[in-house]
Amino acid sequence: MSKRMPATAPQSNDSKAVSSVTNKSNEITPAMMLEWLRQMQLIREFENRTMQAYQQAKIGGFCHIYSGQEACCVGTIAATNDDDPIVTAYRDHGHALARGMTPEACMAEMFGKVDGCAKGKGGSMHMFDKPNWLFGGHGIVSAQTPLGAGLAFAEKYKLEVMGEGKKKVSLAYLGDGAIDQGAFHEALNFSAVHDVPVIFIIENNGYSMGTAISRHTANADNLISRGQSYGINSIEIDGLDICHLYNEFKPFVDQCRENSRPGFVDLKTYRYQGHSMSDPQKYRTKDEVDAFKDKDSIAKLLSDLLGDGLITEAAWKDMQSEIKDQVRAAMDFAENSPIPEAGELYTDVYANPEKNLSPTATYTHGTKNPLM
Amino acid sequence: MTTLPMIDTDIHPAIEAHLDMPAMLPNDQLPSFEGDRIIQYREALREAMSEEMRHDKRVFLLGEEVAQYNGAYKISQGMLDEFGAKRIIDTPISENGFAGMAIAAAMSGLRPIVEFMSWSFSFVAADPILNNAPKMLYMSGGQFGCPIVFRGNDGAGGQLASTHSWCVEALYANVPGLKMAIPSNPYDAKGLLKTAIRDPDPVFFMESERMLGDKAHVPEEEYYIPFGQARLAREGDAVTLVSFGRPVHFCMEAAERLAAEGIEVDVLDMRTIRPLDIESIIERVKITNKVLVVDQSWPFASIASEVITQICERCFDWLDMAPARLNTADVPTPYAKGLEYDYLPNPERIVEAVKNMID
Ligand SMILES: Cc1ncc(C[n+]2csc(CCOP(=O)(O)OP(=O)(O)O)c2C)c(N)n1
Ligand SMILES: [Mg+2]
Repeated sequence: MSKRMPATAPQSNDSKAVSSVTNKSNEITPAMMLEWLRQMQLIREFENRTMQAYQQAKIGGFCHIYSGQEACCVGTIAATNDDDPIVTAYRDHGHALARGMTPEACMAEMFGKVDGCAKGKGGSMHMFDKPNWLFGGHGIVSAQTPLGAGLAFAEKYKLEVMGEGKKKVSLAYLGDGAIDQGAFHEALNFSAVHDVPVIFIIENNGYSMGTAISRHTANADNLISRGQSYGINSIEIDGLDICHLYNEFKPFVDQCRENSRPGFVDLKTYRYQGHSMSDPQKYRTKDEVDAFKDKDSIAKLLSDLLGDGLITEAAWKDMQSEIKDQVRAAMDFAENSPIPEAGELYTDVYANPEKNLSPTATYTHGTKNPLM
Repeated sequence: MTTLPMIDTDIHPAIEAHLDMPAMLPNDQLPSFEGDRIIQYREALREAMSEEMRHDKRVFLLGEEVAQYNGAYKISQGMLDEFGAKRIIDTPISENGFAGMAIAAAMSGLRPIVEFMSWSFSFVAADPILNNAPKMLYMSGGQFGCPIVFRGNDGAGGQLASTHSWCVEALYANVPGLKMAIPSNPYDAKGLLKTAIRDPDPVFFMESERMLGDKAHVPEEEYYIPFGQARLAREGDAVTLVSFGRPVHFCMEAAERLAAEGIEVDVLDMRTIRPLDIESIIERVKITNKVLVVDQSWPFASIASEVITQICERCFDWLDMAPARLNTADVPTPYAKGLEYDYLPNPERIVEAVKNMID
């Protein structure tokens, strides 16, 4: 069946690339598809409960819901190794869960509790998970893009200069709005000049907040020209069909890793909810949203699995209810986790809190991060 | 040796020809602060911009989501309809680019208003706003002025965590060549923004997401609040509280609680940081002999540090005790609600600080 076969490595427009990688292990197995279904459904359910908790004022601040885009993080992360570093923006709950953060740590963070991945100091926009090589959700648009390049740079440096580690690729996720920032262009240029194996993944949901892509960026229907203009191997991928996404992306990652070159992906997707929890969405029609819901990535994968007899309706029901229980447990956990003690305000500010650093504060190390 | 004539006008010739500066009135000649035309802080800002745009075609507004979305915080609601897309301009998320462009527009004789969705995002534009705007007149040896307003939300309080909760005033006020206004209420927001738009120098104008919905009287008639003219929001005799922006409300609340215990304090709302109305501070210090500066920036090299230095330089002998400051906790802004509250210069902390100065 063609959708489960890897595509041949995409045609390279990268002068330095040698298209030599044909990784036989790229084939999609039924177990992988089932795992993706579970992960995507987990993110969907998690986000539903996140919205509820936000409405109940258990979560505050800015909160950006990932629903609709699940295939993007699940499919791309599936194509990397567990120790390939990744970094993303503020719409980060999906990436955290797909990378293996527990729903408990993720939800507790949004509740501002001590068991959160950042001990309640970061909130929804700042999911960090060192054991799982997630270098953060980042709030400033495109701030993560140079960081993504730096992650790949560091791993390459360790290998080439210090003789440590292995060939790694980093993934830098950003929105379509983030490509309008100077930092994006600077990161692409640096990576191309210095052969940095970072893949810039544009999760192109068609909107930068309330501004449709054609109103915020030039040449909106040809984003890959951005990467190409720096001599970076660049492809466009439909991000709503996870099997297709994986088939396109896996050889692409392998090639970037093998050749130590950057990559650029225009990953086409759609978000179902508003930009953040406080967006009345007057800039798009319900019909438009519904049209995309008809192409829902979870429904698509499910129908592939059902069609191939790889899952039964009953098994799917079981999976859904297991996930419901799992997320409910995470909600209870977040609810019951303690709020940070007042003293926690002054912890984690300095790694070496010497005296006289502040006229008013005394810094300490505080409690250990629950993920560490 | 050539001797060049000295400039003998108040306003620099680089800008004189473009200038349209209204009369600046003292507080007692401004329209009444009290009244029943109650509008929101965000509406006061909108009125200021709209009135000035009606007066002067050179004035235009640009920023993220200001036009079709009607403003991320609905400040510019309806302005696209009234002024059209050539004057209410949606920008990509390219702060460095659009701030730089606007600066050149100001050098060319236009009057841009640049909206940063948040001042926290202005760091992406740090080079143009700090390196170009405030230095243009100086660098060009007096040829190019830069009459521009940068405005947006400043300060913590909505659980936005450390990257989105910046108080930029202490960082930016360090730079000569710029002016800085931080209104605490709708009346001041309107009057100061109108002055900012007319002013021939770059003005950094700080609003607060936490105050945009605040309602108060704003006069029907047009008025301009001069820069460097503080307002005594409450009069007492025990201690003078000096503040600006949102913490003025914390001071007023603290003053209320202290009054219930028989302690009457001054609350002096500075309105602008640069210029700083040090004369009004001195006047009150001569009466209360005790001063506490309540400042939402971090303590190290803060606005409070500067105010206290000036107090020591100018009226040290009038002080009964060392001047005190109350700042935001000296840590990055935490997300968790309780931690964030403790972090702010909240009323409880002010009450405690005042009591420490009294016993
Ligand atoms: C430098 C900066 N400017 C503005 C913002 C406010 N902001 C947050 S997200 C956003 C839209 C970004 O859209 P996009 O990059 O497409 O990502 P998406 O939200 O669609 O995932 C804006 C304007 C910010 N966080 N940082
Ligand atoms: Mg987008």
